[in-house]
Amino acid sequence: MNEIFAVAGVVIKELYRRKDFYVLFILTVVICLIMASVNIYNDNEIIRYIKDLCLLLIWISSLVIAITTTARQIPAEREQRTLLPLLAKPLSRTQLILGKFLGCWLVCGLVLVCFYTFFGALAASREHAWPLLNYFQAAFLHWVMLGVVIALTLLGSLVFAAPSSNATICFVFVAAILCVGRYLDMVALSLAEPFRSILLAVYFAIPHLEIPFGMRNLIVHDWPLIGWNFIGLDALYMLAYAAVFLLATCLVFRRKAVN
Amino acid sequence: MPTILAIQNLRVEFPTRDRRQPVKVAVKNLTLSVNAGEVFGFLGPNGAGKTTTMNVMLGFNNATSGDILLFGTSVRQPIARQRIGYLPEMTYYYKFLTAEELLHFYARLFRIPRAEAERRIDVALKLVELDHARKRLIKTYSKGMQQRVGLAQALINNPDLLILDEPTSGLDPLGRMKVRQIIQRLKEEGKTVFFSSHEMGEVETICDRVAILHEGELRAEGRVSDLIAKHQCNLEQIFLRVIGYQN
Repeated sequence: MNEIFAVAGVVIKELYRRKDFYVLFILTVVICLIMASVNIYNDNEIIRYIKDLCLLLIWISSLVIAITTTARQIPAEREQRTLLPLLAKPLSRTQLILGKFLGCWLVCGLVLVCFYTFFGALAASREHAWPLLNYFQAAFLHWVMLGVVIALTLLGSLVFAAPSSNATICFVFVAAILCVGRYLDMVALSLAEPFRSILLAVYFAIPHLEIPFGMRNLIVHDWPLIGWNFIGLDALYMLAYAAVFLLATCLVFRRKAVN
Repeated sequence: MPTILAIQNLRVEFPTRDRRQPVKVAVKNLTLSVNAGEVFGFLGPNGAGKTTTMNVMLGFNNATSGDILLFGTSVRQPIARQRIGYLPEMTYYYKFLTAEELLHFYARLFRIPRAEAERRIDVALKLVELDHARKRLIKTYSKGMQQRVGLAQALINNPDLLILDEPTSGLDPLGRMKVRQIIQRLKEEGKTVFFSSHEMGEVETICDRVAILHEGELRAEGRVSDLIAKHQCNLEQIFLRVIGYQN
């Protein structure tokens, strides 16, 4: 575990010394503050739209940070040749992958803490309420979902040649799941065989990341808390996908020539 | 003197996309040994198989047949890497870290306790003359300084065997001299150094023994003084003769 934490520590240092996060955070803050400062049509309910927009920006920013940070990890190690001295140490390839995963995941956790704190402050300034448990449920599932995205991107970084192509493919894939993932089964039922079976197979094979995405509604519309057993089951479901992607990454990396 | 590194009938083949020649043989039945306290020069023209041999030595590539033993343990075991230091050719270390942070990171991978790591970092940075720049980000370092920080990382575990892949390549004369001086000091400390180089002058000055590889085959091996006495010329001329270059 010591080796895994050492690798993760370097990933975290990289994030706070690069500008990506600061740029996205400041952009989100500026857009949301401008939106919150105008009182359109004297509508007091406008805060819901502001909250919705703010959460959408948080989702986009967190996905951009998760995917871009992860996509460059292994390719940068290969390109700069730092992979060679690293693997010449008593560090296995599996430990390196797990370290990279953990680092990126913790980075995303820190990013979400900053974003959701800002969101809470913005919402509290208008609603004078601080539903901490609702925020925690949404942020927690969001973070676990990013674990799946990070594991998927790590796998992609070994399969695709360029980090940019990997980042684009992962972003499109995740966005497609978030937007249309839940409707695939219904579309499948309207198709003839064999397309119906193929689409149903795709529906059951892809990780359904739309559940945490839907948690936005919980805090936008001030809905009551969701049962913790449901939160736990969804977290387990996503962690299982993250584990499968990580296992595949380790298997691919074991066979890969590093020089 | 005990044998620290033993290469036994090493053969490395790579698949190619050429149907007429589906396999490229990078190293052909190489057998060598390096003893404790020796500075061993591993020579050969570009594409001779030096880096491939080093890559197998470090577990980056697998051998098609044969084996390499480090301290009597097969290189396939990660424990074999516990006592070696490795400096690859032309590496750019993490730009966003300082030299001190970089060395702390590598020390953690060796599970060196923090207090001991601090002491070793001090020693390594003083040895490579980077003590004054230890808090600076590596991205601000010159090429020579980056190479020296690479040497410092290779020394962090106080290794018994140092493997250096063209440690002076791309450096200016001053940078080359500094790296050479460091290798000399390591030699005086009794470290075993295995290094590849194209600089015949420095190999002649530093090395006790050399091996010359050409097209994956071992063409010559022995003590530098013995080779010079046998061929009656300097190491560069011996090298050119061995690889079949006719002037």
